[in-house]
Amino acid sequence: MESVLGRYRNLTILVGVLFLQVLGLAVQVKRSGDAESTRLIRIWAVDSITPFERVLVWAQNGSSSLWHNYFFLRGVRAENRQLKQQIEQMRLDQVRLSEDAEQAHRLQRLLAFKEQTIAKTVPAQVIGSSGSDLSRSIYIDKGSNEGIAPDMAVITAGGIVGKVLRVFPATSLVLMINDQTSGVGAMLEKSRLQGVLKGTPDGAVILERVMSDEKVSPGDTVLSSGGDQIFPKGLPVGAVSEVSPGREMFLNIRVRPAADLSRLEEVLVVTEKQEQTAVVDSGARVRAADILAQRLPSVPDKPVAAAVGAPGSKVAAPGQSTSPVAKTQTPVRSAKPGAVGVQQVAASSTAAASTAKVASGAATVAPAGANAASTSRAPGVDGSGQPKASQASKKTVLSGEPAASGGSPNAAGSNAASLPAKPSTVQPKPPVSQPNPQPPAADEDPH
Amino acid sequence: MPITYTSGEQIEVYRFSIPVTVGVPLLALFLQAFVPRRFPFFSIFDLPLLVTIFFGMARRNPISGLFTGAAIGLAQDMLGAYPIGIYGIAKTVVGYFASSLGAKLDVENAGARFLVTLGFYLVHAAVYFTVARGMVNMTLNWSWSRGIIAGLANAFLGVGLYFLLDKFKQRT
Repeated sequence: MESVLGRYRNLTILVGVLFLQVLGLAVQVKRSGDAESTRLIRIWAVDSITPFERVLVWAQNGSSSLWHNYFFLRGVRAENRQLKQQIEQMRLDQVRLSEDAEQAHRLQRLLAFKEQTIAKTVPAQVIGSSGSDLSRSIYIDKGSNEGIAPDMAVITAGGIVGKVLRVFPATSLVLMINDQTSGVGAMLEKSRLQGVLKGTPDGAVILERVMSDEKVSPGDTVLSSGGDQIFPKGLPVGAVSEVSPGREMFLNIRVRPAADLSRLEEVLVVTEKQEQTAVVDSGARVRAADILAQRLPSVPDKPVAAAVGAPGSKVAAPGQSTSPVAKTQTPVRSAKPGAVGVQQVAASSTAAASTAKVASGAATVAPAGANAASTSRAPGVDGSGQPKASQASKKTVLSGEPAASGGSPNAAGSNAASLPAKPSTVQPKPPVSQPNPQPPAADEDPH
Repeated sequence: MPITYTSGEQIEVYRFSIPVTVGVPLLALFLQAFVPRRFPFFSIFDLPLLVTIFFGMARRNPISGLFTGAAIGLAQDMLGAYPIGIYGIAKTVVGYFASSLGAKLDVENAGARFLVTLGFYLVHAAVYFTVARGMVNMTLNWSWSRGIIAGLANAFLGVGLYFLLDKFKQRT
């Protein structure tokens, strides 16, 4: 016997080492059904690697910040101008969305739907990855010390990223949605078809379990369905990039993730979700006229240039508001000094619905409704992890008071009522005769 | 490039200093965890596997090769999301056979190293998937195209890396 073992010594040791590892694996697989706790050995490994990663990330960010903030300022003015224009356009879009959101909220309350919203998030920085092509996971620099727990959703402003898989004191391991073992409840925004989002070996994301007789086309937006109890419903997941017939009776749908999963730097961990049944608030009396005013179509938006420079367009200046309603309102604090274009456009084109609401004392709502939530919640989260827009909306929806525009650009920007009442710094141009002079915005109001 | 068969007496056995023995695998693990964050394409490489193959082939001792593979694999498992032991088993096998191969064949030239690395990458992937699907019941799918591309990429990187690591070799 000894001679046999001596002869096959190497092989025996190989079999022994493999057997021990298989035994270890079997123990882990058996225990995985229970509440899985993080193994001490794993904590040691992570704790020994992550400090170096933190230092490197810190040094990298520091040098990058130095370069970008001091040395690489070419083209900043042009970019700033472009971004300002973009912000103006987005604010106008936001005003429109807030109307839809308000309506959706109201309907949800009427139907007593349970809605899940993001109540609190913790911002975290990505410091490392599992480093394997076979598993796709990342390490973030926040752990149980900051209130992170397993199965919390991890998102970015763009869309969902993954879920927290393991938590260590100062770091956490996040399983991304393009990992083969992940699964996210998702649905198509237009058709409301539901499926399961999974990763593929090459790191792509596919939507499974959609029947082949359903119509799905590239470009369709995919949202989280909330069915997995991890991601709140309505968060952006991505867009359909390719549809082909799959195995059995299902479609093979490839999804381009909304968040850039390969270049993640900062993420938000949803540490607290709020599930509440919306109740019709009898205290907040909304007059039928107000509801009607909100539902009726408002005046279509005009291009900024046309609204500002067009002859005959009325521009709200201090004490010269074109809206009779706005005259009666106390001027609210400006969201952003210099946001002239928005004020002008708001005063001339979108004043209709918003001023009507202010005049009647109806609640004006920041965009955080069912529809708008999917696009506006995540970006509205501030540094402290509190979603500004949804906070504002909750306050206003529940109390029925007009939303104070505060000093926050988000709040003020989303508050339709604050726009026409802001004192403008632009002097109105004298009206020039034109073939079809446009009446003032207030006069255009169909309500 | 031909892989020449050489008798045991003709093959030189190398050893490494302790800092290199410990530092190189740790550096490989660290780089594997950190670099893909900045350069996502880097995740196609498996530096710990290349280091396992290199140490195995250089030492030419199956027992030290399998223990090196086991240690590196288990450390890689600890940083990953899956149960500990999948990489451990795969790299133990690779370490053992790389050492056995190194003891029988002259794998000093670039062509031989390229082929050996490509072969061991596929062996590693086969063992990994077998364990992951057979034992842990994970729903992993194998992509041949991606596997071959990754194997070739690792083989190319391996050839360069081995020549770099050759500088740390010490003759016994």
